[in-house]
Amino acid sequence: MELQAVLMAAGGGSRMMDLTYNTPKPLLPVGNKPLIWYPLNLLERVGFEEVIVITTKEVQKMISTDPKVKLDVKMKLDLVCIQEDADMGTADALRHIQQKVKTDILVLSCDLITDAALHEVVDLFRAHNATLSMLMSKAHEFTETVPGQKGKKKNGEQRDFVGVDGTGKRLLFMANEADLDEGLVIRKSIMRKHPRMHIKTGLVDAHLYCLKKSVVHFLADNKSISSIRGELVPYLVRKQFSKSTNSPKVNDETHQNLKKIDSNVNLEIQISSRDEELLHLTQERSCWNDHRGDMSEAYHGGRLRCYVHIMDEGICYRVNTLAAYIEANRLAPKLFDEPAVHPSAVVSERCLIGADSIIGASCQISDKTSIKRSTIGVSTTVREKVKVTNSIIMHGVTIEEGCNIQGSVICSNAVIGRGADIKYCLVGSAQRIEPDAERTNEVIVGTDQLMEI
Amino acid sequence: MADCGEADGPEKKDELVRAKNEGKELTKEEKQRLRKEKKQQKKQKDEKGPSERAKEKKPVAPSQPVATQPPTQKAPTVLPASAPIPVPASGAPSHSSPAPSPADKPAKSRAEQKAERRARQEADRASKQQSCSSSSKTKAPPSELNPVVKRLPEHVQVDDPAVVKRLAKKLERQQIPLRSDYGYKVSLFSHLHQYSRKAPLTQQLSIPSTVIHPSIVRLGLQYSQGIVVGSNARSVALLHAFKQVIRDYTTPPNEELARDLVNKLKPYISFLNQCRPLSASMGNAIKYIKKEISNIPSQFKEEEAKTKLQNCIDRYIEENVVLAAKAISKYAIEKISDGDVILVYGCSSLVNHILCEAYEKSRKFRVIVVDSRPRLEGREALRRLVQRGISCTYVLISALSYILPEVSKVFLGAHALLANGYVMSRVGTSQIALVARTFNVPVLVCCETYKFCERVQTDSFVSNELDDPDDLIVTRKGKTQLENWHDVSSLGLLNLVYDVTPPDFVDLVITDLGMIPCTSVPVVLRVKNLDQ
Repeated sequence: MELQAVLMAAGGGSRMMDLTYNTPKPLLPVGNKPLIWYPLNLLERVGFEEVIVITTKEVQKMISTDPKVKLDVKMKLDLVCIQEDADMGTADALRHIQQKVKTDILVLSCDLITDAALHEVVDLFRAHNATLSMLMSKAHEFTETVPGQKGKKKNGEQRDFVGVDGTGKRLLFMANEADLDEGLVIRKSIMRKHPRMHIKTGLVDAHLYCLKKSVVHFLADNKSISSIRGELVPYLVRKQFSKSTNSPKVNDETHQNLKKIDSNVNLEIQISSRDEELLHLTQERSCWNDHRGDMSEAYHGGRLRCYVHIMDEGICYRVNTLAAYIEANRLAPKLFDEPAVHPSAVVSERCLIGADSIIGASCQISDKTSIKRSTIGVSTTVREKVKVTNSIIMHGVTIEEGCNIQGSVICSNAVIGRGADIKYCLVGSAQRIEPDAERTNEVIVGTDQLMEI
Repeated sequence: MADCGEADGPEKKDELVRAKNEGKELTKEEKQRLRKEKKQQKKQKDEKGPSERAKEKKPVAPSQPVATQPPTQKAPTVLPASAPIPVPASGAPSHSSPAPSPADKPAKSRAEQKAERRARQEADRASKQQSCSSSSKTKAPPSELNPVVKRLPEHVQVDDPAVVKRLAKKLERQQIPLRSDYGYKVSLFSHLHQYSRKAPLTQQLSIPSTVIHPSIVRLGLQYSQGIVVGSNARSVALLHAFKQVIRDYTTPPNEELARDLVNKLKPYISFLNQCRPLSASMGNAIKYIKKEISNIPSQFKEEEAKTKLQNCIDRYIEENVVLAAKAISKYAIEKISDGDVILVYGCSSLVNHILCEAYEKSRKFRVIVVDSRPRLEGREALRRLVQRGISCTYVLISALSYILPEVSKVFLGAHALLANGYVMSRVGTSQIALVARTFNVPVLVCCETYKFCERVQTDSFVSNELDDPDDLIVTRKGKTQLENWHDVSSLGLLNLVYDVTPPDFVDLVITDLGMIPCTSVPVVLRVKNLDQ
């Protein structure tokens, strides 16, 4: 077997608590499918037959019992539960499933919606015998108005600095603005080997990584690393240019950490030493070099290599903020071709449903309603003379007559009273909006949720 | 053996053919019937004349090579000419005549028989010459009757839709995706494949590749992206990947390792062929490994067999690549004298090895590296030589005639040495050899014997490799002139990989068996075949 897929679905959705306090993030409906369906569909399309899904007990229960959550994937899902309150990072989760990992792994996050050609990422991993290969995409501006946001969008998002070489494939530098105190520091060893580096900031990390099996073993030894994106990836990128990985001799470092790291490197050497000579002979006889201008051999003799595939076009979203969630709902229908109006929905004839709207199963849409650019969830009831524009209505919502909903997100099981006028609001789960209410740009959630900080 | 299927003997022929196809012996009744038919025909044709009779014998001729097949060993009683010796057709009828004639006409005297025989032979030869031209196009009934028919390899018949369809069917059976050709092909080379590097074969494979072993997928990618380049490197990488395949192989129940493993390797080889056409050295390595696998005695346990195969692979690489390089450099160093100016072309791993060894043995020489677009492999050769401390000059091939007066020797590497003495090497080598000959500079080709190939080729058109045409596009100062070459219908970009150099331009070939002239390649091949 070549690659095992690992799907991280235990995240809490900390940046969109309004949406996720009742529904776990992996099961948030996007285009009337649970969020977790999208990465699973991506894996299935590419040809995977089994996936290890790391998730919480709550999600597992909901997947097996809730009829609204239908994951029609043909792959075999191996659900591994972790404690919700254990505060495990993604790397901790990998350490948890270390026993199941038998080959190189492809780690995905449950909030990734993309139509990327995965073979580009995996080809880099295969062809260059890389330790890490990841996917990134050019970030797109979110154009939709986010409900509940007061004032202009603050650019509070921390920027990522990604340094690549001339070909745009080799990853040389990765740092987040939060980790940099005063300025960007680039080591001399990198500059000596790669004098030309392109540093990009407008990239979105798709959180899709191909990792070698030895990295998982390394994580098992180094318990201090808890997040793949935050700690492991920058560590591996830095390690490409450190001296210990370049020399095959055992270093007698006294520093404890370095010793552990060397043991990892030695582990890597041990695994491949059997056929290492032949590979070395091949590289020696092959007249290929990945860089030119200096006297070093291919890859500068380094054994640890990190590669990145940067997508120019195509959909790539990480649904971890409200804005991303709304944007994803607009674009997700393009990823699958099911009919916009579900066959089991009861739609009366005198209603106006725009071409880019999605109506879920078992809906009841009454007369004289107008639904434009919206997503209506499963088992939702929409009464007469309702105007829904640019909104996301989740499952089980009841919208009484004469309502006007614009640019809003209505969570599951909410009830919108008669004649209400909701503009750019977020109505939490199971909330009731009283009739003839007029709400603009508000987040309406229950009092129990308000207590969460 | 020219077989002219004549109209008179179709029934007999059909019967024989049917019998052979079914693999059964002719039953007694059939044999008797055939004998009777023959007697009758002979009586009829006796009046017509010897030439007709000679033609009569032709239908018997096709059956002769068939007689060599095991199921028809009893047939010789009916087909008297079918002695186990595959005799040429002209001689056959003469053999066939004496046997039935004693049965038919016991009264005839010996002298008369001899005269008849001779007359028939002459007539036969005459008619054979006449009908030779017409019959050359008509093949023998099924090709199994004619074991000498050689099929053209499919990779040089891309413009023939039947061949392409056959290949597609074969790949479908092996569950390997078909790689489609790209771009407009120059008409002289339209019989060859032309692929684009931006459309790798892995696009159509499932990502955790189950049909093809992961190390083979990796190897295919490395070939198609140009990470493993060079005849030696490709063979070593191939054998390395095969070692991993063998290591991960388990014999399925009720199967023999010797047969099943060979069948397992076939789709992998097709896959690699699709990624990049196989080189001659790779072909020889594959033949060797297949032979080794099929020679594994059945009483070997799986682990033993696997270890034996891995040791065989290691030994093959050690002997044919590593030790051969040592031997060749030993011979070549004799040819390098102090003060030499040596010209090399592109990046040949063997030539680089020789030069580095010579430098270590304290020969004083300098090197001129000649390079050519679009591969610009000479840069890598330059880097390796300069890293060792050898003083080098670098020119492009367009400056060849300018620089050649300084040169005392030319060392060239080879991709393969063909059986007629032609050297197949990177495109541009033949030009180097030609200009060097004009300047009376000795040209020495260095080549290991495992790259010797039984193919015969006299030009670079028949069998070659077309690389990605987009490699020829270059961007200078932000402008890419050939960006939209697809839109210009009369424009074709040609990126050839190999060319052949005639033996007249090569003065010496240095192999691990010694220094031989170019024309001795068939001798080496024959000796190698005898060894095996």
